[in-house]
This record gives sequence, C-alpha cells and structure tokens, in this order.
Amino acid sequence: MKTVYLDNNATTMMAPEVFEAVQPYFVERYGNPSSMHSFGGNLARDVAVARERLAELLGAVPQEIVFTSGGTESDSTAIMSALATQPDRREIVTTRVEHPAVLNLCKHLARTKGYTVRWLSVDREGMLDLDEARSKITETTAVVSIMWANNETGVIFPVIELAEIAYDRGALFHTDAVQAVGKISMDLESSNINFLSLSGHKLHCMKGVGALYVKKGTRFSPFIIGGHQESDRRGGTENVPGIVGLGMAAKLASTELDRTGERMRKLRDRLQQGVLEAVPWARVNGHVERRLPNTLNIGFEFVEGEAILMRMDEKGICASSGSACTSGSLEPSHVLRAMGIPFTAVHGSIRFSLSRYTSEQEIDYVTNELPDIIDFLRSISPFGRENMDAACTIH
Amino acid sequence: MWEYSEKLKDHFFNPRNVGEIEDCNAVGEVGSLACGDALKLFLKIDPETDKILDARFKTFGCGSAIASSSALTEMIKGKTVEEALKITNQDIADYLGGLPQEKMHCSVMGKDAFAAAVACYRGQPSSREQIEGQLVCECFGVSDEQIRTVVMENNLSTVEQVTHYTKAGGGCGQCREKIESIISQVRGELRRQQPKEVAARKSMTNIQKIAKIQEVMEKEIRPMLQQDGGDVELIDLDGNRVVVALRGMCMSCPSADLTRGVIETKLKELVHPDLLVEEVEG
Repeated sequence: MKTVYLDNNATTMMAPEVFEAVQPYFVERYGNPSSMHSFGGNLARDVAVARERLAELLGAVPQEIVFTSGGTESDSTAIMSALATQPDRREIVTTRVEHPAVLNLCKHLARTKGYTVRWLSVDREGMLDLDEARSKITETTAVVSIMWANNETGVIFPVIELAEIAYDRGALFHTDAVQAVGKISMDLESSNINFLSLSGHKLHCMKGVGALYVKKGTRFSPFIIGGHQESDRRGGTENVPGIVGLGMAAKLASTELDRTGERMRKLRDRLQQGVLEAVPWARVNGHVERRLPNTLNIGFEFVEGEAILMRMDEKGICASSGSACTSGSLEPSHVLRAMGIPFTAVHGSIRFSLSRYTSEQEIDYVTNELPDIIDFLRSISPFGRENMDAACTIH
Repeated sequence: MWEYSEKLKDHFFNPRNVGEIEDCNAVGEVGSLACGDALKLFLKIDPETDKILDARFKTFGCGSAIASSSALTEMIKGKTVEEALKITNQDIADYLGGLPQEKMHCSVMGKDAFAAAVACYRGQPSSREQIEGQLVCECFGVSDEQIRTVVMENNLSTVEQVTHYTKAGGGCGQCREKIESIISQVRGELRRQQPKEVAARKSMTNIQKIAKIQEVMEKEIRPMLQQDGGDVELIDLDGNRVVVALRGMCMSCPSADLTRGVIETKLKELVHPDLLVEEVEG
C-alpha cells in the first residue's frame, strides 16, 4: 500500500537533493570546522555557503544566522536572550496559540522567574486583534513572541505590523517561523523582527538542525555556552551535515518559492472542496484566506479524531488531529479551544498538511476514501444532528 | 502513536454488535461530546431469567473506546445481569489484550455504561441524573464516589493513574489535590482492614510466627532496604521480641532507628500486632 503523507507540518521528507548534499559529510568529510588542518578547516567554507543560502531565503545577511539544534532551541535562545539583555523589563507578550516550545517556556518563566506574561487571544477564525496587541505591548515589555504561522490551522499572523508595534515601545520581537519559512516569502532586512526561529526538518532537511536569525544590532546573550562557534553566539561543534543540508534545503525552497506555494494552494483547495462537498457537517478551522498554502484543518462533527486517523492510517493516509485522545493528555488542541471552536468539532478535527511533493492523485485518493470513513464512524456514533443543541459545553 | 493489540484493532475495525435494539428494555448512557467519548448501550433482557438476550452499542470516541464497547457487548451477551455485573473494567481491558494505561478510562466507560443500563432495567434512577457523592473533577464530571471505586477496584496509588482511569484531573488540573487526598483516604482504609485480619489469628505458635516473619522480611522488608543498599537479617525471636541485625548501608545509616521502626510497623501489620523489633549489632 502506498503512503499518502499529508502530515508535513509535523515533519517532512528529506529532499533527495539534500540527501545527496549531506552524504559526503559523514564518512569522507567528517572534520571539525574549527581545526587548524585543512581537512577540518575547509569545512568552514561549506558552513559559510549554507549560511549564505539560508540568509538569502530569509532576506537577511549571513552574519545574522546562528545555527542551532532546531526550532525549540532557537525559541528558547531568542526569548532568554531578550530577557537577559533587558533586565529592567519584566513582561513577555505572546499568544494563546503558540507552539509548546514558546507557550510552555513562557509559563515556566512566569512560574519560576516571576515574569509577567500577557496573552493575546484569537478570534473564531484564529486571527489576532492588533488593537489588543497595541494595548498589551508597553514600555515594560521585554519581548514579544508571536508565531509567523500557526502549525495547526496554518493561520498567518501579521508579524511585520506586530514587530512595528514592539519596536515603537522599545521591546524586542521574536517570531517562531518554523511553519512559515520556505512556504511564504520573507524579507527580514526591511522588517523590525529581531529574532526568527526555524527548523530543518520542516523544510525537507533533517531533524536536529535549525537556525535563529538575530538582527544586526540586537543585543544578544548566548543560551548554550561553550566554545567560540557561531561567532560566540552558540557553543558546541557545528552539526556540519545538518548545516550543509539546511543550506541546500534553503536553496531549494528559494527556487520558485511563489510557484511552489501556488501549486500547493491549488491542491489544498482541491482537497478542501472535495471533502466539504462529500461530507456534511464539516467545516474549515482557521481563516480561509490568511492561511499557509499547504495547511487544511477540518472539524468533523459527531466523530472523534483518533478513530478517523486510525481508519485513514489503514488506507495509508497520514494526517494529524487536535483531538484529546491523540495526545494522551485528555486536553484537546489548545489552539482550537482558544479560537472558541465548540468541543464537538475540536474532538473531530483533522489537519492535512501538504508539501511540494504532494500529487493530485494523492489528493484525489484522500477525497475518495475519507467520506466513507466519516460515514461509518457517524453510523456508530450516538450523536447526530439532533444532538447538536443537546451537547453539553464545558469550558 | 498508541500500542494497540491486534485484538483491539480487530474490534475497532470490525466492531461487533453496533446499532440500536428497537424493543430493548434497558439503555445505559455515559460520557458526552464535550468529554471526547460517549457510549450508549442497548440491552434486551429476559425479565423471567434476567438473561441478557442481546446487547448493542453506539459509541463516539477513539479507537480504544469503540473497541471497548464492542468487547463489552460480546462479554455480556448470554450472561445473566448478576453474572455480567461482576465484569470489571480490567476484564474488558484483558479481553482486548490490554489497553495502554492512558486509555483505561475507555474500559471504565464500558463498565459504567452497563451499570447504568442495569439501573435503567431495574427502574432505578440513572447515574446520569443522580451522580453519587460530590463532584470532584468539574471538567469531566467525576465524583468522589467514582474515584473511590476505581482506586479500590484497581488498586491505584497515583493521581496520574486516576486520570488514566476516569479522566478526573486531566482538564484544568485544579482537583488534583482532592484526588490525592481521596487516594490516601482509600489506601488508609485498606491498610486498616488488614491488621484486623491479623488480630483474628492471635494465637500463633512460635514456629508459625518465625515462618511468617521470614516470609514478610523476604517479600516486603528486604527488597525495600536493598533499594537503598541496605539489608536486614533475622537473628532471633523471643516471645514477641524480634531480634534483627541491620546490614550494608543500614549499619552506618544515621536513620537506623527509623528503619527499625519501619520494620516493626510492617511486622505488626502483616504478622502480629504485638511484635516488637530490637536491633542488635552482629
């Protein structure tokens, strides 16, 4: 059975070109870029090339790129650095729908270090209110951390405008752009974004490598302290294969970025239309326009997400769900709940996320198989249309 | 990704006894859309014999919720109500070749749905309308009585386990302290019941006592001390005076007297309430 992989917001396939590019760096070119001998020292050039390629994708200059172990490390580094360099500012502004890498760090800082966290809410379509941001970002804000695009719904936040607001109040601005990099074009040079986090494995590179963009002139305090690597900004021997791979992945993403996005958008819309036409009592979660071109989150009423995933899995279809049962935590998706999506639809929410490798045949296969799966689960569910109003709501 | 057994997957992909029974005489309903799983159980019971002639279900929930419902109907069909009431949530889990800990609440839901159906059959108010005891977990509507039952029946000892079995404490988490105190209450009661049994057989011969003390030392006390690199040896028994020598790390341990106390408590509890422990060097 063929696997139809529509879970690219979780992780992606390594691009064949990336795979080819990293291979020499394990057995043949395994040196340490900091070495004095040319066997190792020459690798510094390869790292430099990767840095240039990544900078180009972001609209930045190479010196602004710090390679890290991934998105989570980049997020922690940015926020901790912003707090360390402005000890007189004790507030963090962030949203209720951040990835746990930011969300749990902020909660941790509030609990253990006494920082005040100001949470920005989202509306039914997952959008932020700029006026709320204007009132919560103040002269006492140390850092504003707002994701570029949401991993569950794909909703894109106006980070350029938000960074302006932060800049006006003298606060630093960080964005977790793990889902956005490589899917939408960016020009950081012209923005007031101080920090941007990205991850390799969401970009058709490997797990265990990522980067943090640090704007020129932004005061910086390292998170991982050690050797002089990354211009004293991140200790630890460089993950040369990962960095070279990330450079190649960035180069691939830069090539025809807009056209790739447009192609994914067409396929995503085809999937959305196909599913919504065939399945009643289903709706899209998140703003349909201001959304990543690859993400589709649909809530199916009266059925539970894990059951849908298991039945799709049997057909070779990979997706994910905001249902409580898939997380093991009993709490359904914090993102969908923050949006005020009724529990009835949160439990049955499924996220499909495409990549540039997704084909039309794959989309049509899903559109073909999914309605029967939902039909069957609804046929054994005690809830139906008449229960719509009777469903108890807890909050 | 959950580790589901083949049997569980079979019951999920091919659920048995799905649907409603038109002429049923008992219906049991538990859970809700909000909670993420719900089960509606339909029974046809022979009023003469109390035998369950047919059982069908409709379930909204994850893979293990659907499989647990399917298993439940297979297990109760053909049994009398009394026989079927003896089925525990663990029996349902075992029938499916085990459930992940985090999914045990699915088996509890099966058991609860059957109890609700029986209440309906017997004309008692359904548990839905009348939750016994006080509400502890507001997020998932779990009462102290439900928690007590599940702790007792499954010998649970942590809040996390209670959450896995009932979902209580898995929402906002504000009731976790209450759950903790219910657990220690129940476990305290269980412990107090044991010495009573011991007291009933007060007249033990010395040989019986020594054998029992040795058994308790081997099974309960030594493994506990060995965890911290210590050990204990039984030297003598004189009437009710148990003479022991501490070994290993226990010998140099500043809390040796505490250890002696722990040994004494264990022996009092499990062998004879009149025993006193003395420690000698050697």
